[in-house]
Amino acid sequence: MSSSLLLAAAGEVGGDFFKERTSDTLPCQAKPNEPFCFDWARENIDRFGTPTVQHLELVVISVLIGFAIAFAIALFAHRRSWLQPPLLAATGVLYTIPSIAFFFLLLPVTGIGKDTAIIALAAYTLQIIYRNTMLGLANVPASTKDAARGMGYTDRQILWRVELPLAIPEIVAGLRVAIVSTIAIATLAVFIGGGGLGTQIYGGGNLTFPTSVFIALAIVLLMAMVFHVALLVAQRFLTPWRKARVA
Amino acid sequence: MSALQLPLGSFGGAIEFIFSEQTSNVTGGAKVGGLEQAVELALKQLEVTALALAVALVLALPLGLYLGHKGKGELVLVGLANAGRALPELALIALVAALIGIGLVPVTLALAVLGIPPIISNAYVGVRQVDPAAVEAARGMGMGELAIIRKVELPLAISTVMGGIRGATIAILATATIAPLAGVETLGDYIINASIYGDDGRLAGAILVALLALSLEGLLALLQRRLTSDGLKVKTV
Repeated sequence: MSSSLLLAAAGEVGGDFFKERTSDTLPCQAKPNEPFCFDWARENIDRFGTPTVQHLELVVISVLIGFAIAFAIALFAHRRSWLQPPLLAATGVLYTIPSIAFFFLLLPVTGIGKDTAIIALAAYTLQIIYRNTMLGLANVPASTKDAARGMGYTDRQILWRVELPLAIPEIVAGLRVAIVSTIAIATLAVFIGGGGLGTQIYGGGNLTFPTSVFIALAIVLLMAMVFHVALLVAQRFLTPWRKARVA
Repeated sequence: MSALQLPLGSFGGAIEFIFSEQTSNVTGGAKVGGLEQAVELALKQLEVTALALAVALVLALPLGLYLGHKGKGELVLVGLANAGRALPELALIALVAALIGIGLVPVTLALAVLGIPPIISNAYVGVRQVDPAAVEAARGMGMGELAIIRKVELPLAISTVMGGIRGATIAILATATIAPLAGVETLGDYIINASIYGDDGRLAGAILVALLALSLEGLLALLQRRLTSDGLKVKTV
């Protein structure tokens, strides 16, 4: 409690307030001009555990939901080309609305908490995944489909055995962009009480101090990198007939 | 109160908050809301967005086009684009506020940082995708390298280039919503300082931010149509 009061004071009066005091006697939180405080980091690293798990949960659940919906509507619209412009526009609207606004538009319906955050984050990923899936399907050469048809494949078999496998690079690229962006944006879930690493950046109605922000930032970037690399590897594994293309 | 009335009621209160001033139940009778305040905050948000976008454009667009023309630096730009996507805007604003300072200039710079990766990487990719035969033809007609970039590559790459600019604009505008944390009072103030504006104010902020983002995106889509050369206006799938 006393340290948070001190922190609030630091926020109000800035560095001057502490100039007369010896900085050694102050807790790290009260040194707003100190970019990184290793003592605090060593002692408090454990408080990032739960937010990290919450963050992972937010990201994984919302991207899975987003993928399921976007993939389903992409398959549905695949042979119904009249549906494609309105679907692109609709997912575009969901993509364009800033997540923090989306949270509070949903609030009267879904309330405070991580469900609201997950819905908004999932809605955000739809456009990225839908667009890439359509792009991947569109890039399959007509001659390849003709060859499959000539071999007696039905439309359904062509979709699942020819078009979708050939579209995997674009689909996985979409998933990759969606996950990495969601990992970053999920920090905003703190505003709607959704937990996650944002709680270590903005807590109790105030920005926290740089050391805490840096640690949260490092975990977010590390998480993004791990997913990025994992999906590149997955893509290579799923398309053994071609080298992974870096987009 | 039925489940349906509850949301509709909240939205009614938010609309009322936007159009008519009311007494805050927290700040001891101070007036909050009203069209004048909403417009003022929206203009501030547009101002900081425009400034940041201008800085990002000046830094990123020429460089992206040039690197695309030369075909250099792909790995660095791909890395930059990925890192840009992974950068949490909340952390960026928090660090800028703590280490550089609060106010219009630090926030503008922080937002510009968010705008640079999509603009530079899309400019690069767009120019790279231009048919080399078109560039050769231009060179054969005696065009200099700068003229080729400006008159051949940029027009042919305009949809990808504008895609980057649109992405950057939306990212900057979205992040400008949390700019009140760093001392720039945008519409996000309604959302972040709900203790002053109340639930109606917070929802009003969300509605206004969403409308602002959608209008800006629509405007940029129109601009893209205007910038697209008539010869290229074929119907796309």
